Amino acid sequence: MPEFKRPHALADVTTHYCPGCTHGIVHRLVAEVIDEMGIEGETIGVCPVGCSVMAYDYFECDMLEAAHGRAPAVATGVKRANPDKFVFTYQGDGDLAAIGTAEIVHAATRGENITVIFINNTTYGMTGGQMAPTTLPGQVTQTTPYGRDTSNEGFPVKVCEMLSQLDGVALAERVTVIDPANVRKAKAAIRKGFEFQKNKQGFSIIEVLSTCPTNWGKTPVEALERVKTEMIPYYPLGVYKEGAVR
Amino acid sequence: MAEKSLMKGNEALAEAAIRAGCKCFFGYPITPQTEISAYLSKRMPKVGGVFLQAESEVAAINMVYGCAGSGIRCMTSSSSPGISLKTEGISYIAGADLPCVIINVQRGGPGLGGIQPSQADYWQVTHALGHGDFHALVFAPASVQEMVDTVTKAFDLADEYRMPAVILADGLLGQMMEPVAFEDVEIKMSDASGKPWAASGHGGKRKHTIINSLYLKPDELEDKVRERFQRYEDVKAKHTEAICDYCDDAETVVIAYGSTARLAKSAVEAARKEGIKAGIVRPVTLWPFPVNEINEACKNAKNVLVVEMSMGQMVEDVKLALNCSKPVEFYGRTGGIIPKPAEILAKIKEMGGKN
Amino acid sequence: MAKMKVDFDRCKGCGLCTTSCPKKIVELQTEKLNKKGYYTAVCIDDDACIGCALCAVMCPDCAITIGGDN
Repeated sequence: MPEFKRPHALADVTTHYCPGCTHGIVHRLVAEVIDEMGIEGETIGVCPVGCSVMAYDYFECDMLEAAHGRAPAVATGVKRANPDKFVFTYQGDGDLAAIGTAEIVHAATRGENITVIFINNTTYGMTGGQMAPTTLPGQVTQTTPYGRDTSNEGFPVKVCEMLSQLDGVALAERVTVIDPANVRKAKAAIRKGFEFQKNKQGFSIIEVLSTCPTNWGKTPVEALERVKTEMIPYYPLGVYKEGAVR
Repeated sequence: MAEKSLMKGNEALAEAAIRAGCKCFFGYPITPQTEISAYLSKRMPKVGGVFLQAESEVAAINMVYGCAGSGIRCMTSSSSPGISLKTEGISYIAGADLPCVIINVQRGGPGLGGIQPSQADYWQVTHALGHGDFHALVFAPASVQEMVDTVTKAFDLADEYRMPAVILADGLLGQMMEPVAFEDVEIKMSDASGKPWAASGHGGKRKHTIINSLYLKPDELEDKVRERFQRYEDVKAKHTEAICDYCDDAETVVIAYGSTARLAKSAVEAARKEGIKAGIVRPVTLWPFPVNEINEACKNAKNVLVVEMSMGQMVEDVKLALNCSKPVEFYGRTGGIIPKPAEILAKIKEMGGKN
Repeated sequence: MAKMKVDFDRCKGCGLCTTSCPKKIVELQTEKLNKKGYYTAVCIDDDACIGCALCAVMCPDCAITIGGDN
């Protein structure tokens, strides 16, 4: 008989996320992978600052809450001290691609043996929808009220493309969770990241194109559509780099 | 008694850290403390430890946060401008009640300042080592040997009270060579055992731990901060240290810390030879500040002289400690200039007997 | 056959589950608000549910279970 239930590694609590926010799906996928690999007791997660700041309450493995952007450095400290444990960071786009750019680039280029779950929803959700490093050209946000003007605000950061240039990166893959088929692919990518870590093969990043219905001013279902029609064309899905570093 | 060898201050500090059970070091190069990193990059791999040169001071202190959060004894070091960068992470470390040791081999400031010795980070280390209500333990050793001896104490107290400990050196102490002996020390709490709060993987044996400094409910945050300040009271009661010399009958008491205290002591001894009743108090801990020790040492004094390698930062704490019961004067050099004993002696003479 | 079951008070009424049902039998009801104030997802035809779990796969709140004790 088919079953579908909450994975053990996902805490049995109601999250603070807005209705339709896909953080919840990605949390569940990470927890499912932890369950399936049987590694909850050996896993240490690092949360960012942003909407997923309180993810430490949502996973049953040990957790650390990092300063804004510093999760890869915190994870490095945990991993270097505990090389046989599984360490993952869970970061949003402002955290990873703006204030924490140095930390993510250097964790990646060191081939730090950690798994990074990167949520790209083209906005700063927690603070109310300001321009993110991943905000699309023309996108209206609280701080780009006339739309992101690339002559003033520059261009979005394409994280997977950028990090895939670094020799320390074992896996850079962009996925989304807008329908069941893509959710399955996203989970497979997350599993791959943890497997790479298990085999001590280097740094893995799984970028998940996600929604922010609240700050996009859309219904949750419309938000899924926006990922498909606006985000995927700018941020193509797929594997940008795959192969053991070590 | 352990054999003595001649060592540079920074290298002696680094060796002492290994002997104190420091398993991981995360740092970034900056003059005048870089020898600490260089030394540990050679030694750590030989003793099964971790040396990692971070991409920035900010990253280094956050690596310490992660490592300490997983229960492992760890350290970072820097010099003044680098410490400014680390203050974000130090605040989070304090807010998450994590133990670690941070070394500041001070240089001149503000800004890039200079690379010569200075004590101009006193305000920062004792009053503003990051945002929020917190303190770090602050030790101010005055010799290479004392720096070595302080390392184990700093780690142990950091672990006991779950707070960051700073060893406040300066370019003079870091760069000079002195004979030093490494006594065998008992290594306590260098890993996650005995640290039930550590996030090191629950192994299915306990509920998950969370290392965190976020408390969105004001009453929870207030309780957390109050609990921390209760611990600080215990630290103050048990671990405040100062060394007083020639103070019993002293009419002028000189107060100085770190390398400056040695220069000031020379001046005090020279004054004594000339029949001037001078004494010296050297705060060994800058936080907690030795308020009682200073009052005791100054009880017969007519006046007090604070000497620092800065424009006078500790002088305010001395005035507060004495509650303005004695006149407090200041002599200092800054910008990387080391005050000479003769200059300090001249100031003592100028003050002689005044009240 | 295992059927879709919605945890009434966990559901935030986002409707993502309604997009993935191959039988088009998952809807947001408009009769009763849960304690958070949301109109929740329901299966409008239990007999037609094939227990494929695609609704649960899309649920950000783990409010949908299929089979098991839940």
